[in-house]
Amino acid sequence: MAAALSTDSPPTVGLDVAAARADFPIFDARHDRRLVFLDTAASSQKPRAVLDAMTEYYETTHANVHRGVYDLAERATAMYEGARGTIGRFIGATSDREVLFTKNVTEAFNLIAHSWGRSNLRAGDAVLLTEMEHHANLVPWLMLAEERGIELRYLGVTDEGELDLSDLDAKLDGAKLLSFTAMSNVLGTLNPVRQLADAAHAAGAVVAVDGAQYVPHTTTDVAALGADLFAFTGHKMLGPTGIGVLWGREELLEAMPPFLGGGDMIRDVRLDGFTPNELPWKFEAGTPPIAEAVGLAAAVGELERYGMDAIRAHEQRVTGYAISSLQERFGDDFTVHGPRSIERRGGVLSFAFKAIHPHDISQVLNESGVCVRAGHHCAKPLMRRLGVGATARASFYVYNDTDDVDALADALDDAASMFAL
Amino acid sequence: MPGLEDLYREIILDHYRNPRNRGELDIPPAHRTEGFNPLCGDEIVVYVSVDDDDRVAEIKIGGQGCSISQSSASMMSAAVKGKTLDEARALTRAFKALMSIHETKLGGDGSGTDAPTPDPEVKLGDLEALQGVVKFPVRIKCATLSWNTLTQALDEVATAS
Repeated sequence: MAAALSTDSPPTVGLDVAAARADFPIFDARHDRRLVFLDTAASSQKPRAVLDAMTEYYETTHANVHRGVYDLAERATAMYEGARGTIGRFIGATSDREVLFTKNVTEAFNLIAHSWGRSNLRAGDAVLLTEMEHHANLVPWLMLAEERGIELRYLGVTDEGELDLSDLDAKLDGAKLLSFTAMSNVLGTLNPVRQLADAAHAAGAVVAVDGAQYVPHTTTDVAALGADLFAFTGHKMLGPTGIGVLWGREELLEAMPPFLGGGDMIRDVRLDGFTPNELPWKFEAGTPPIAEAVGLAAAVGELERYGMDAIRAHEQRVTGYAISSLQERFGDDFTVHGPRSIERRGGVLSFAFKAIHPHDISQVLNESGVCVRAGHHCAKPLMRRLGVGATARASFYVYNDTDDVDALADALDDAASMFAL
Repeated sequence: MPGLEDLYREIILDHYRNPRNRGELDIPPAHRTEGFNPLCGDEIVVYVSVDDDDRVAEIKIGGQGCSISQSSASMMSAAVKGKTLDEARALTRAFKALMSIHETKLGGDGSGTDAPTPDPEVKLGDLEALQGVVKFPVRIKCATLSWNTLTQALDEVATAS
C-alpha cells in the first residue's frame, strides 16, 4: 500500500470511509443536518470500540491501580499496564519503562522543561525551537528562560511554510536541546524529523519531538525518527481526552528527576526525604487516567485495524482533492497556507478565503453542519510570521471523504455571498 | 436554533464593509490603547483624544478582527464621538448590559461582573442590532472587545490627567 503513494496518482481505494463512519456514533447521532466534522486536528471523534472499552472497564473492572491485592485491583492494574504496552509498541518503543502517561502534550513539554530542563540547563545555555511550534512547545521554554536566563533560538519558516534549515548548523552550535514539531498543526507541514535529529545529535543536543499531529496519521517509529523524547496525545487519535504519552530513551529518563510529586511516584517516603519510584512510575504522580489508558489502547487497536499506511494514503487523497478542487472552484480567492505537495504535508489545511475573517467563515459554515476551526491554533508566533491574526483550518481523518470537501466548498459559497466586500 | 440573520444584521454588515472612524491619531496628544481577544487573536486599537470639556473629541479604530468585532468597534466609535466621558461610560454600561449576563457566565474572567446596571435613559440606537450576538455566546467577546478597550482607554486618560 505504501508503495502506491505518489503525488500524481494517489490511491483511490484503501480505507473504507463508509464503514469507518459507521464505527463512530456521533455520525449517526441525531443532528438537524449531516455532520461534516473537519476539526480532527483539534480533537478527533471517538469510535464505538473506544467508548465500549472504557464503559466495560468501569462496569466490570474499576479499582485503583498499583495498590490493592484483591482481584479487581489486580485486573485494573493489568489493564492499565497492558495499555501501556499496546501503546508503546504502536510507536516502536522497546520497553514499557520508556512510556510515560501524561495528561496531554502540553503536560509532556512542561515535564521536559521542568525535569530535564532544570537539571541540564544553566543561564546562557541555548535551546533551539522553531517558529511553527504550538504554544505547548513554546511557553514552557519561555517560562524557563524567565526563570533561568537560558537563550531561546528559533528556526524560521519559509514562504512555502517549511522550516528554514539554511542556518540549522549555526543555530545548533552550542545548543543543548532541539525541540520541534513533527507536523505543524497549522500548516500541515511534515518536518524532516530524522534529518533534524541527526544534525542535533551531531551538535551534541538532545532531541524532543511534538508528535501530536503525527502519530494519529502515519506509522511512527520513535527509534527510526531519532528522537530522544517524543510526545503525543490520545484525543487526537480516536482516544479519550485527559491522556497523552511521553516516550523517552531510558537512560535519559533515568537521569531526569521527578516532575510532579505525590502518590505512586515514590518508592519510599520519610519525614526527611523520599526515594522516587522506578520508571515509568517515577513520572506518574497520583491516580493515573486508568480508563483513559484503556480507551487509548482500544483506539490504537482501531487505528491498526484501519492500517496506518491506509490512513496516510487516504488523507493524502482527500487533502489533495481539497487543495485542487477548492482552488479550481475559487481560484485566487482561496489561499492555502503551507506546502502544496501532499508528500510534504499531512491532512491539516489552513486557508484564507476572500479576505473573510476566519470567525465569520466558521460561523457561516456551521449553518451547513461543517465544523472547521478558526483562530490562531495556539501558534501565535506562526500567525505573525504568516502576517495574519487567524486562519480557518480544515483537517481530515478516517471518517472524512471528498463529499466533506464538497460540502465545505458549497458552504464557502454561502460565506462569499454573505460577506463579499 | 438561532439563524444567521440574527447575528449578521444588515446594519452590522454595513459597518463591517464601511467601517467608520478607521485610522490612527497622533499620540500624544491622543491616547492609544490595545485590546486583545486571546481566544481568537483579534486585536483592536482605540485612539482617543479628550478635549478640555471632557468630551471624546476624536476617536479612531485600528487593528483586525471578524465582522462582529469590527462592526461593533465602528458603531462604538460613531456612538461615543462627541459625547462627554460620563455619557460614553453610560453608553458602555448599557451596551455591556445588553451582552453582560452571557459574558459573565462564559468568560469566567470577571470582565462582565462590574458592568451592568444600565441607565434607562441611555438609548442604544443602532447598537441594538448587535443584541442578536448573545444568541451566539462564543461571539460575545468579539462584540465587547472594542468597548472593553475603550473603557480601558478612558480610564487611562482619566488617570493621566
